[in-house]
Amino acid sequence: MAWGPPPARVVIVGAGQGGFQAAASLRQEKFEGEILLIGAEEGLPYQRPPLSKAYLKSGDAEALNLRPAAFFEKNDVTLRPGTRVTSIDRDAQRVQAGGSEIPYDHLILATGTSNLRPTIEGLDRALDLRTLVDAQRLRVAMEDAERCAVIGGGFIGLEFAAVARGLGRRVIVAEASDRLMARVVSPEMSARFADKHCEIGTELALGRTVTSVSSGGIAFDDGTEMPADLVLLAAGVRPNDDLAREAGLACDNGIVVDATLLTADPAISALGDCAAFPDPRTGRMVRLESVQAATDHARAVARRLVHGTEDPYAAVPWFWSDQADWKLQITGFGRPQDDSVRTENGAILRFDGEVLSAVETVNDAKTHMKSRRLMAAALTDPGAGLVRDRLASVGYDLLAL
Amino acid sequence: MIKVTYIHPDGSEETVEGREGDSVMSTALAQGVDGIVAECGGSMMCATCHCHVDPDWTDRTGARKDGEEDMLESAASPVDEFSRLSCQIKLTPELDGLRVRLPEEQV
Ligand SMILES: Cc1cc2nc3c(=O)[nH]c(=O)nc-3n(C[C@H](O)[C@H](O)[C@H](O)COP(=O)(O)OP(=O)(O)OC[C@H]3O[C@@H](n4cnc5c(N)ncnc54)[C@H](O)[C@@H]3O)c2cc1C
Repeated sequence: MAWGPPPARVVIVGAGQGGFQAAASLRQEKFEGEILLIGAEEGLPYQRPPLSKAYLKSGDAEALNLRPAAFFEKNDVTLRPGTRVTSIDRDAQRVQAGGSEIPYDHLILATGTSNLRPTIEGLDRALDLRTLVDAQRLRVAMEDAERCAVIGGGFIGLEFAAVARGLGRRVIVAEASDRLMARVVSPEMSARFADKHCEIGTELALGRTVTSVSSGGIAFDDGTEMPADLVLLAAGVRPNDDLAREAGLACDNGIVVDATLLTADPAISALGDCAAFPDPRTGRMVRLESVQAATDHARAVARRLVHGTEDPYAAVPWFWSDQADWKLQITGFGRPQDDSVRTENGAILRFDGEVLSAVETVNDAKTHMKSRRLMAAALTDPGAGLVRDRLASVGYDLLAL
Repeated sequence: MIKVTYIHPDGSEETVEGREGDSVMSTALAQGVDGIVAECGGSMMCATCHCHVDPDWTDRTGARKDGEEDMLESAASPVDEFSRLSCQIKLTPELDGLRVRLPEEQV
């Protein structure tokens, strides 16, 4: 995109973590045009991470808001909650929402993800955990549930399981893969967390496929049944890329964007959970579901729109998950096939070939933060080489570097 | 209600009231005080709610929490002995009148 004056009117579709941050960052960068933030959910933009953690215990919905209503007035951001964008007319640069046509000079898609609904009989009995409304429903259901069954042993399912156990419920987690959080963490970390969940009294059903949900509980493909009076579905998500796809934009596991988070249409950017972008370390197309990606993407898009900055997006991914009294922290991201090396202090280093791809730690903020700094430095200076030989020479102790 | 005064880098001050149990971070956000980003929402995963506690108050705000030190190392502005993550300071009646200085930058 040739540098031109900033657009007069930016429309943001999706008022979640990334959409909100884009609006806030545009103002921080001194954007003087109009900002319209359109969100399908009711209420103020809020943070999702506590939905499977503190909120389940406290029920304090107000504490979730990213900013109070006054923030939007003060920063002249027009928020349209409870409004779904139904189509994009790229030629006319307009979106259709709630029966009206809304023009844009630049459009930011921050539509997030939706829960995957695998083909399981009776699945409409299972609850979801993606939105505040979901979490409110789940909290109520948990009050008089004695036995909770969770379909899916990923971060959200396990965080919920740990909270439910903490509240004294009987909990079973069913996971089709043979290990927990398999898509993201190393086999060693999966095993450590499996032990932890067993230790706090959660039953794990690994490598087991749930085939039906009924009022009595869940049933597996081998015919066995587990009684449950609450069933949570947490079996992954899919990107909300339908709007973009219908508008003729390329989508492949998310809305395809370039290293500046721009789609093939110079008037449309995409960010956060719904965007497939080139990973700064490898150039491979990836899609991340994290607060870090949503907020760092949003800041990069704001800088580009206001100042014409076209530096490629270059932020190191980080992520956390709180399960019982364990905080898992991850820097970078590994693929299932990446090797892993366990260090003396318990951190796990993952390698993509010879190069460090991720660092997994539990309750070890020091190593986590050090790995973030090291991996950030390696991004801008490949000579800083976080390679196996060099790390092996210090016993894989990142704090020694 | 517990009064907290936030001092901006330009010296201007804002005094707001917070609820007992809320943090210095969440109070600033809820009351529209600029200068705190709080990217991770208080999960101790970032250092974007950095503040400097007025030296007269450090006794009452207490020591840094486990891991806070490590996060502060990544703060965008210089850290000193009075630096804290404002998400880790919970308001109690004895903190009524607390004063904290906000850094130049959080990100
Ligand atoms: C229970 C839970 C726990 C989590 N825990 C963590 C954690 O510990 N750490 C972490 O890093 N991440 C965590 N995450 C992930 C994190 O919340 C997301 O990565 C982040 O919210 C992504 O931001 P986003 O803006 O891309 O999408 P979202 O925040 O999901 O926002 C997208 C918004 O777009 C709206 N929308 C979609 N289509 C339309 C349309 N056509 N018109 C209008 N609006 C539309 C949706 O309704 C939604 O409100 C968690 C997520 C959940 C659900």
